[in-house]
Amino acid sequence: MPRLKSVEELQKLRTQLQKNIESRTETSTTITVGMGTCGIAAGAREVMQAILAELDKRDINAHVTTVGCIGMCHKEPLVDIRQGDEPRITYGNITPAMVSRLIEDHLANGQVVDEWVVGRVAG
Amino acid sequence: MAERHRADLLISCLHGRYPELIPTLQEEIERRGLTGEVGVVEAGCRGLCAMGPVMLIKPGGLFYTNVQPADVPELVEETLIKGRAVERLAYKEPVTHQSVCYYEDIPFYSKQVRHVMHDCGMIDPQSIEEYIAVGGYQALSKALTTMTPKEIIEEVKKSGLRGRGGAGFSTGWKWEATRQSAGDVRYAIANGDEGDPGAFMNRSLMEGDPHAIIEGMVIGAYAIGNVRNAYIYVRDEYPLAVSNLNIALEQAREYGLLGEDILGTGFDLDIKVVRGAGAFVCGESSALMQSVEGKVGEPRPKHYHATERGLWGQPTALNNVETWANIPLIINKGAEWFASFGTENSKGTKTFCLAGQIQNTGLIEVPMGITLREVIYDIGGGIPGGRELKAVQTGGPSGGCIPASLLDLPVDYDSLVEAGSMMGSGGMIVMDDRTCMVDIARYFLEFLKEESCGKCSPCREGIRAMLEILTRITEGQGKMADLETLETLAKTVQTASLCGLGKSAPNPVISTLRHFRDEYVAHIEDKKCPAGVCKALIEYYIIEDKCLGCGLCRRKCPQGAISGEKKEVHVIDPALCIKCGICRDVCKFDAVGVR
Repeated sequence: MPRLKSVEELQKLRTQLQKNIESRTETSTTITVGMGTCGIAAGAREVMQAILAELDKRDINAHVTTVGCIGMCHKEPLVDIRQGDEPRITYGNITPAMVSRLIEDHLANGQVVDEWVVGRVAG
Repeated sequence: MAERHRADLLISCLHGRYPELIPTLQEEIERRGLTGEVGVVEAGCRGLCAMGPVMLIKPGGLFYTNVQPADVPELVEETLIKGRAVERLAYKEPVTHQSVCYYEDIPFYSKQVRHVMHDCGMIDPQSIEEYIAVGGYQALSKALTTMTPKEIIEEVKKSGLRGRGGAGFSTGWKWEATRQSAGDVRYAIANGDEGDPGAFMNRSLMEGDPHAIIEGMVIGAYAIGNVRNAYIYVRDEYPLAVSNLNIALEQAREYGLLGEDILGTGFDLDIKVVRGAGAFVCGESSALMQSVEGKVGEPRPKHYHATERGLWGQPTALNNVETWANIPLIINKGAEWFASFGTENSKGTKTFCLAGQIQNTGLIEVPMGITLREVIYDIGGGIPGGRELKAVQTGGPSGGCIPASLLDLPVDYDSLVEAGSMMGSGGMIVMDDRTCMVDIARYFLEFLKEESCGKCSPCREGIRAMLEILTRITEGQGKMADLETLETLAKTVQTASLCGLGKSAPNPVISTLRHFRDEYVAHIEDKKCPAGVCKALIEYYIIEDKCLGCGLCRRKCPQGAISGEKKEVHVIDPALCIKCGICRDVCKFDAVGVR
């Protein structure tokens, strides 16, 4: 265990440790993955794991939650991204290979990936 | 180091029940392939103690009560995989019986202001890493590197923080007095010797967020100056508090947040846990310090204050653990922020333990100045069984009983004293109309008689004499003159006792005499106990027009004192009845009366 020798070292350690409790702190970004039977059958679990890995790699602060089927089973796996008060964007037929671009464009660059969008819900 | 989780399950209030709950959860999580994705944390008290084990799921804030190992597969499947709430595990509103799934919507929590207890139940108390991650030791680094000791004391003074252990002395002034007393060696002590029956807020804090106490103490020691050793005094009946504090101290030492050259600032301090053997009197400051020194825990006369000559004759700042835990908040957020909560002379928030006849038994934190009505009805959920509130006992055995007529009394240091009680460390025992106030006064005196150390005669003999009179009254042998004798004795014990235990011991008698004198008179003159508690004065009987002859009381009576045919009115034989009250408790039709 490192002995902290200065306030700066404490701050650095805190920044590293904050990741571990991220699910317990407030964030403005929530990513929701459809995990009904239809979602899971279409590969939603792998998509979610890819999202978690990508967030970790890029050090992005976001909550990842799961929900049941919302009825658009043919578009599963479905991934919703909601940032602050922006409309909720729903992406359909997401595969693990698409996750990297999705996170980069939408979360890192603030660009919605229009061609994958299947719905927008305001509020 | 732990991985980043998409969800954390924070489990509290296991109370030693279901030791297999956490392993079962971990196994199920592994079986469903969620390892590394979902974290399981055994966290500190969340306050709804009676409904434990409870589980808070983050993010989202789903909240489950009475979670048992058998619930695990459904919970993992529904909530963690499908993202749905398991409604049967949700909190049930005591009056409407509606399910409330989310933590923030539960009235018990939404009316509270949790500052000191904020991280309690939110982090793993055995992990300094989690404490640092939520912002722990930020106040310490701010204080040690950007503030002078005088500035810290000024800030604490300005915040209006008063001692959370009972008497309510200004913390900033106490520190200043200690700092101004000549001494190359000074001490700081945290009092965690919580002894009031029904109080457990200090225990929950020490168990659930030990680092907050430690951080506050390091800041205080720096502000007071010349403090190189500090102590946390904890009763040995709190084994988990002792062990979590020791783990926390060890971790703080390893990280260089305690010991020599803290955070490279050149400031040295070590803190040790001292275990007390559980005598009530050792919560009193001078007895506590005697006990830390290894002597018999008895108080000494206070010709001088502990701030001048305390532990080993040196200037000592002794504060309750909750007081210390408030310090990091004041340093981080500022005195003005702190003072924006509470009333003019009682600032900040206070933790209380709700016990007795109340729906939501547990631990709460509220801003000072909240009314008793809000505490008991909005947060506590009211009195079970639709019964009526009779009184609230605050401040433990040293406090007093506040009658239901004063329900709109603001809870702060001064208002409680005015009503004949005191803040104490924060116990709140709620009593309904089936509580006899004479018997309650007798109960507390019985406790105090056992706990009086016997050093000074007013306390040793006075409490015993008052107890004898009270016992006589509850047995129907009282005389009206007894009330005067009680008042005289109470005054003597109050004035002449050596320490706080004796000085406050008559409070239960004085406050019940003041607010419930008619009940004493009923015992003495009419030989009746209006609440139906004092066995010598009551008789159980069946109320004829309410009895349906179900036979439940007859089957439950341990003495065979109840007879009657099915569907006919039953009868209690007073000669056989031992007045245990079981028949009254089991009757579904309120057909058992007491007279």
